[in-house]
Amino acid sequence: MNFFLTSFFVSVMASSTPLLLAATGELVTERSGVLNLGVEGMMLVGAVTGFVAGDLSGSVTLGLLAAILGGVALSAVFAFLTLTLLCNQTAAGLALTIFGRGFSSLVGAAFVGIKGPELVKLDVPGLSHIPFFGPVLFGQDALVYFSFVMLAVVAWFLYRTHAGLVLRSVGDSHDAAHAIGYSVGGIRLGAVLFGGAMAGLAGGYMSLAYSPMWAENLTAGRGWIALALVVFATWRPAWLLGGAYLFGAIMYLSLYVQGIGVAIPSPFISALPYIVTVVVLAVISRDRRRVRLNQPACLGRPFYAGA
Amino acid sequence: MLNQTAADGGPYLSLRGVTKQFPGCLANDHVDLMVGRNEIHALLGENGAGKSTLVKIIYGVLRPDEGEIVWRGEKVTVQSPAHARRLGIGMVFQHFSLFESLTVAENVALGMNDPKDRANLRERIVDISQRYGLPLSPDQTVHDLSVGERQRIEIVRCLLQNPKLLIMDEPTSVLTPQEVEKLFATLRRLASEGCSILYISHKLEEIRALCGAATIMRLGRVVAHCTPSEKSAKELAELMINAELDPPERSRRVVAKDAKPKLVVDRLTIKSPHPFGTDLKEIGFSVYPGEIVGVAGIAGNGQTELMDALSGEVPSGAPERILLDGVAIGHSGPQQRRALGGCFVPEERNGHGAIGAMTLSENAFLTASARRSLARFGFVSQARTVDFARQIIRGFDVRTTGPKAQARSLSGGNLQKFLIGREVMQAPMLLVINQPTWGVDAGAAAAIYRALAELAEKGAAVLIISQDLDEIFLVCDRVAVIAGGRLSPPIPVKQATIEQIGLVMSGAAAKSEDGASVREHA
Amino acid sequence: MRFVPRGQVSTFWTYASPVLAIVLTILSTGVIFWAMGQAPGPAAYTFLVAPLVQAGGLSALAVKAAPLIMMGAGLALCYRASVWNIGAEGQFTIGAIFAGGFALAFPDMPGWLLYPGTIMAGLIGGALMAGLVAFLRTEFNVNEILSSLMLTYVAQFLLIYLVTGPWKDPQGFGFPQTAMFSEGATTPILIEGTGVHLGCLAAPLAAIAIWALMSKSTLGFQLRVVGEAPRAARFAGFSERRLVWVALLTSGALAGLAGMFEVTGPIGQLTTQISPGYGFTAVIVAFLGRLHPIGAIFAGLLLALSYLGGDAAQIDLGLPNAVTGIFQGILLFLLLACDILILYRFQLASPRAKAIGAAE
Repeated sequence: MNFFLTSFFVSVMASSTPLLLAATGELVTERSGVLNLGVEGMMLVGAVTGFVAGDLSGSVTLGLLAAILGGVALSAVFAFLTLTLLCNQTAAGLALTIFGRGFSSLVGAAFVGIKGPELVKLDVPGLSHIPFFGPVLFGQDALVYFSFVMLAVVAWFLYRTHAGLVLRSVGDSHDAAHAIGYSVGGIRLGAVLFGGAMAGLAGGYMSLAYSPMWAENLTAGRGWIALALVVFATWRPAWLLGGAYLFGAIMYLSLYVQGIGVAIPSPFISALPYIVTVVVLAVISRDRRRVRLNQPACLGRPFYAGA
Repeated sequence: MLNQTAADGGPYLSLRGVTKQFPGCLANDHVDLMVGRNEIHALLGENGAGKSTLVKIIYGVLRPDEGEIVWRGEKVTVQSPAHARRLGIGMVFQHFSLFESLTVAENVALGMNDPKDRANLRERIVDISQRYGLPLSPDQTVHDLSVGERQRIEIVRCLLQNPKLLIMDEPTSVLTPQEVEKLFATLRRLASEGCSILYISHKLEEIRALCGAATIMRLGRVVAHCTPSEKSAKELAELMINAELDPPERSRRVVAKDAKPKLVVDRLTIKSPHPFGTDLKEIGFSVYPGEIVGVAGIAGNGQTELMDALSGEVPSGAPERILLDGVAIGHSGPQQRRALGGCFVPEERNGHGAIGAMTLSENAFLTASARRSLARFGFVSQARTVDFARQIIRGFDVRTTGPKAQARSLSGGNLQKFLIGREVMQAPMLLVINQPTWGVDAGAAAAIYRALAELAEKGAAVLIISQDLDEIFLVCDRVAVIAGGRLSPPIPVKQATIEQIGLVMSGAAAKSEDGASVREHA
Repeated sequence: MRFVPRGQVSTFWTYASPVLAIVLTILSTGVIFWAMGQAPGPAAYTFLVAPLVQAGGLSALAVKAAPLIMMGAGLALCYRASVWNIGAEGQFTIGAIFAGGFALAFPDMPGWLLYPGTIMAGLIGGALMAGLVAFLRTEFNVNEILSSLMLTYVAQFLLIYLVTGPWKDPQGFGFPQTAMFSEGATTPILIEGTGVHLGCLAAPLAAIAIWALMSKSTLGFQLRVVGEAPRAARFAGFSERRLVWVALLTSGALAGLAGMFEVTGPIGQLTTQISPGYGFTAVIVAFLGRLHPIGAIFAGLLLALSYLGGDAAQIDLGLPNAVTGIFQGILLFLLLACDILILYRFQLASPRAKAIGAAE
């Protein structure tokens, strides 16, 4: 039983981490007033560039860097389309996802079925072998810890620094921010690229740590779930943590239940995370006033500065 | 030499030959302006005279095409608002640059470029706000605050940076008379402490009371410099609009004793659906055929909510709260109300009364499809719709290329004429208009007033919701005041004075003796 | 360099922008072929021209284009109303499941009853799936982008469950597929000897019907108004709730119909792979067709070609057929980018241009 609990917690943390990473990035993007629906596409591109770079170089670190770069590159395209060319953000985000799918399966075609390098799990002598707490607290890979750190850094940045205040102000009213003299485009560019980097890293985690291999459409909708998580958290970092672990647990559970051969047909269990997402969204969104109160007022609205 | 003049108390700010061209409009044409130390200087002009453009140039939001700005003896190019603030120029915008979801302190911090200005911010906000009589608590969120409180944030934000010049763009249009008095006290104190003030307004009495000097603009040009206290309001107004001000005395209609009201609103109470809106409380009034009734009030006192309740966008508590020609319509939608003869023109033209990206004929179809039979068997009758749009364009002198022109290609005044024409030409029994001449040039405003008067002559009931008291006194037969979501009983305009109505607008009248006298007249 | 608002829509660029986007996409695809070690010219020929000139090329194009046009036209209607249904793939799947289920349940029903029944089942299936999205949006305020996409995954798993479980063909050698549908439930072939089926005719007809609805009817007018200016729609008295339902049910029913034609036509049974992402490609079809149902016909043909080209590239050049996805993604990027020319003018920087947008 103890063994079961330990492996359960360790696995849930692994399956929650990509969700948390991607959602943290998207939270920052949305707080600046930009809705980037291309998280799934950026994750896929991150996953494939990360895997290919990791496989060719043999280095997980290089792989993860490449994953970040992949995500950033794709988000830069999004930023150019939506911030410079003022395209519809919904359409541009969808384009990102469609392109990400195509690009990742094209690049990854030659790498299907290869076992790539794997991100090692921490092994602190003594500590990591304490029953239960050892593996859970001291036996994770670096990105699990990193995802917590990033979330804390983002929360600190948004609520404790002036730059974070400026970013929130741009999401709240880009006209007012512009009138006071802030560069709306520049701040949003930064936020979009950060979102891209985090989504890319989340993809890299999928292909280099979670299941160290490449398969077509590896992320299986996790980018979309990350988007739903931001709504679930009503744009507050603290809630993101709970949401990511809730969904991570459900995703793992659906794998686990299939593994132990429960009588429920496995497609139903596989569909569970997506059904739960819809149900949770319904519960959260029902209170329109609450959503409206927390949602960045300029979310999804293009800004033309004229200057 | 220039430095010397500045030190002597010569001009603090001087503009020479500032010119700004927009496509199709020369917004500023060689404008000269001088503001001295300790001076409260008025910049006076009608909508579209170029005042806002000029102050945006001073504040670094826009760059002039030509001309120079001399600030405290030195020629400067103001690069940006941040640069302006570093130079000691602060500005309070007409449309506040505030962030609804942030606190007062955060809003103030966002206006500070220098990190050291942000130290001990909350203490300093409290300190400044007490010193200048601008009560504020730093931790309140902006969306919970009244318009007057919001303006205080803007002012405190400026004052914290010790400005040498404070620009105020139409600061009193959103304030009650009481708040205006307090603001003036603050401004006078600031000026006495060495901060010059550039005060933009089109309200003549205010300027005479407050300002030591004035520059008057018309159509982008400076037409006069003067000392406002030496001129009468009428003289100032004539300078401003270059026409002898003699409003044609309209024959006030007297409603026949036995006439039945077209619109009856009875104890209408609605909770605003907007998180920060105003609830309507126990509103009651009637509008009779052939009369124009005005609803005066300061923005944000329930005008939008009243308009939505009348037009049917928001249903009323019970059907009989609103009667249109005797029919209870409180629960009817906008289409049913139109079918019964109620027509409406909302305040916001683009996106509410009209769709900018659609053609004029499509916009004509928007509200007139039923009353003008523009649809047949569920399909749009193209010929009839285009013809109707053409009739509006002709009948209301709308300057446009034709029915196929996009609504957004029209100027504000022309689009407003089109929208009012669209409703008037449906021969309504009741017409309700929110802010009929908001942002409209004088020519179009005159045409609109004429159309409303004619409609009333024909026996329709007309209700005007307006922030502009002068307008209400010009066109209305009776006037009521909305304040805090409550409506005072309408009284004949002939028996009312602007001062009286102004008092009710502040919400104080209900308890005061003046208020009692207002009610007596009713 | 900067963009200056034109102040009105440029008619020229409304039509020229997709053409420019297509040209640029073809150039970009050439660069990708080159990067993959192919000669760009011949590879582009293989991808874009060869599929058409070979025997049966045009009929293959029509077959691939049918579901894209049908769904693209429905999505164009939806997007015009600012209802962002991106779950056409799921509605397609449920339509196929309903139609397939009906066909499997009543194999011996007379054909004149069976086939219309199958069509109805497809329509209802797609509409129900989209109706769920509409219900979630109008009753629970759930963002339709997320819900329609999530439900697409659910639909896919439902299909897998059915064809590997209760509906699995006992004589199918364990393959995840149902039995072939009976003769009466099969979509008729229109041109003997080709694959061109009834759906290939129904798709453009559906697009024309949607066009008539959108541009001529009061309902279409209301949909356009609610998409362009929701506040104006409320002012005019149009019910947003009703219009959301109309938009989703219409596009859902069309997607379901497309799914029905696909499984009762070219495929002939239910399998786990009934769509190579038609529902997602239809999103591009809608945009490329200017959110205009007639435009969707042309756009559907072009994107159908990208599928054929992907297959050809795989067979003749040994490239992964994911080239199709890249082509589609780049096309949508470039289309969105070129669309700025409709509302804005491109201008080199000048101080005068700088201030125009900042003015009130």
